[in-house]
Amino acid sequence: MSSQVEEQIVEDSRPPREGGDRAQYGVCAFLALLGTAVIVDALGIPHITSGTDPVGPRAVPLILGGLLLLLAVLYALDVARGGRGEPEAGEDVDLSAGSDWRTVVLLIAVFLANALLIERLGWVISGGLLFWGTAFALGNRHYIRNLLISATLSLTTFYAFAIGLGVNLPAGVLQGIL
Amino acid sequence: MDNLNNLMQGFADVMDPLNLLLALVGVVIGTAVGVLPGIGPAMTVALLLPVTYGMEPVQAFIMFAGIFYGGMYGGSTTSILLNTPGESSSVVTAIEGNKMAKAGRAAQALATAAIGSFVAGTIGTLLLVLVTPFVVDFAVSLGAPDYFALMLLAFIAVTSVLGSSRIRGFISLLLGLTIGLVGIDSVSGQQRLTLGVPQLADGIDVVVVAVGIFAVGEALWVAAHLRRKPAEVIPVGRPWMGKKDWKRSWKPWLRGTAYGFPFGALPAGGAEIPTFLSYATEKRLTKHPEEFGKGAIEGVAGPEAANNASAAGTLVPMLAIGLPTNATAAVMLAAFQSYGIQPGPLLFEREASLVWVLIASLFIGNLLLLLLNLPLAPAWAKLLQIPRPYLYAGILFFASMGAYAVNAQPLDLFILLTLGLLGFAMRRFGLPVLPLIVGVILGPRAELQGRRSLQLSGGELSGLLGGPVSYTVYAVIALVLVWPLIGRFVVRPLRARSAA
Repeated sequence: MSSQVEEQIVEDSRPPREGGDRAQYGVCAFLALLGTAVIVDALGIPHITSGTDPVGPRAVPLILGGLLLLLAVLYALDVARGGRGEPEAGEDVDLSAGSDWRTVVLLIAVFLANALLIERLGWVISGGLLFWGTAFALGNRHYIRNLLISATLSLTTFYAFAIGLGVNLPAGVLQGIL
Repeated sequence: MDNLNNLMQGFADVMDPLNLLLALVGVVIGTAVGVLPGIGPAMTVALLLPVTYGMEPVQAFIMFAGIFYGGMYGGSTTSILLNTPGESSSVVTAIEGNKMAKAGRAAQALATAAIGSFVAGTIGTLLLVLVTPFVVDFAVSLGAPDYFALMLLAFIAVTSVLGSSRIRGFISLLLGLTIGLVGIDSVSGQQRLTLGVPQLADGIDVVVVAVGIFAVGEALWVAAHLRRKPAEVIPVGRPWMGKKDWKRSWKPWLRGTAYGFPFGALPAGGAEIPTFLSYATEKRLTKHPEEFGKGAIEGVAGPEAANNASAAGTLVPMLAIGLPTNATAAVMLAAFQSYGIQPGPLLFEREASLVWVLIASLFIGNLLLLLLNLPLAPAWAKLLQIPRPYLYAGILFFASMGAYAVNAQPLDLFILLTLGLLGFAMRRFGLPVLPLIVGVILGPRAELQGRRSLQLSGGELSGLLGGPVSYTVYAVIALVLVWPLIGRFVVRPLRARSAA
């Protein structure tokens, strides 16, 4: 009995849900879009069945697309009833303030730069830039020290993994120098 | 006895200086990476997977065993010293562990965690040796419909049993299944969801998915909410335990092991339930109830042992049936697949020596871990103070390196970022990550088994039903699905009536 009473109190002390978490409707839209895309893609696949494969390649994507659409609706209903997911907490996560989009956009830019440059410049340069840029984006301002750390890290990983262990990492413009 | 001989052969294979060195390296980097805040065991294994790409499978798995247990132990260190569990399985450890640390007993908390993990890991691995052959014998008799049913059970279990919201669990699962769909259909050779991109014909590599969702997603999520002042780390000396601590610890270790292993070995298990059960049991049985909530050593010893024993338990369905039940096992399965090895009942025939080397390395890694961690704990604790910009820069650096190294194509980096953004959104909206990973790995195989079942029945849907095993599994699935409804429509009205 006592546990039930406690539950009651906990529920009542929750902050009142004013309108809920509207951004969740965006997730519903995404699911619906994805479901439609999966179905459209499946309809474009030739319907091949044979004695050894009576189902063919279309059935599973069609079912999956249908389920995605269904879940989009169910999720929307859940959101409409005030349902919300708990954002993930963590040791370095401070959920009290809003999201810091500037940092996120900077990080994405740094990440994309690495993806675009890795073949041309090679891992040592692009990976070093990635580390340096990420540290900068996250608010570290020791430019010179970070440059040294980045260079050490990317050189060490290149020699240890690419040359030592045979992992695929491009040498890029430094081909022949390293 | 045959298995004991096999195991001995496995030990003999590991007892080579180079292999022992690899095991040691595995344990050290596993712990070092696992200790880092925000990195749980699954992410540790995923991030370190590429390190082993250039190696022979045997050596790679020797190192993997070390990384596996090292990552687990590292996670519990973080939860004790920072009160911030990296994975749901170490939530319970943090409850009493951090209280102990705050009361100046961090050394004892770390010691009972380390020794308890060793005891549980050793017993758990021993049970793995004893139980797996029976599971293999059972699994050999399974047909395609049975496998299909078991995989459905795994899907339902990770979405319904774990986590708080079923809808969110199912969304995550469907996203994973969709990602798993990308590529050439293995039966008909047709391209699905490849958008005409030739590199996507082979599908999206599971390693890229795991690293993207875990590592990149986490880095982006933290970047958006970075606490400018890092959490306080409790300084710690060399772990040790007094006589009284030993006396209070050994029973919880054994009880925790007894809870952890069976739950881990079940297709619907996981570490959350046994750690909570162990905590509740110790709280009831303790002679020092006043200490619970203020740092009782039993509350660290039991759950930590349960956690480790359950990790050993998850290897049973992973190796014998090819069914991963937690994120770490899922990534391990991906590691097997990256070597072209398919876990399942045939694994013990085709790759017998490899499996036994892996199991022998689990024993050795576990022992090395104990020998290393008692003296090195203060050094690990220092890693917790690493400046956060460097920590997350390092995570992105190694994540990119690993994802690129899988296929040596820059496209994977773009996919990695896309998946990272997906991981970010999932953290924002409270969607659990595990169902997605399980969906990516098991989805294509479930489809294959399902289509195989229907092939046997000539397309009749009844072919999916199979025999007694799948009937049982479907009954369990129905029970899992209906359970909350029973709670709502049967238990609650009854309780209301009795209250009135």
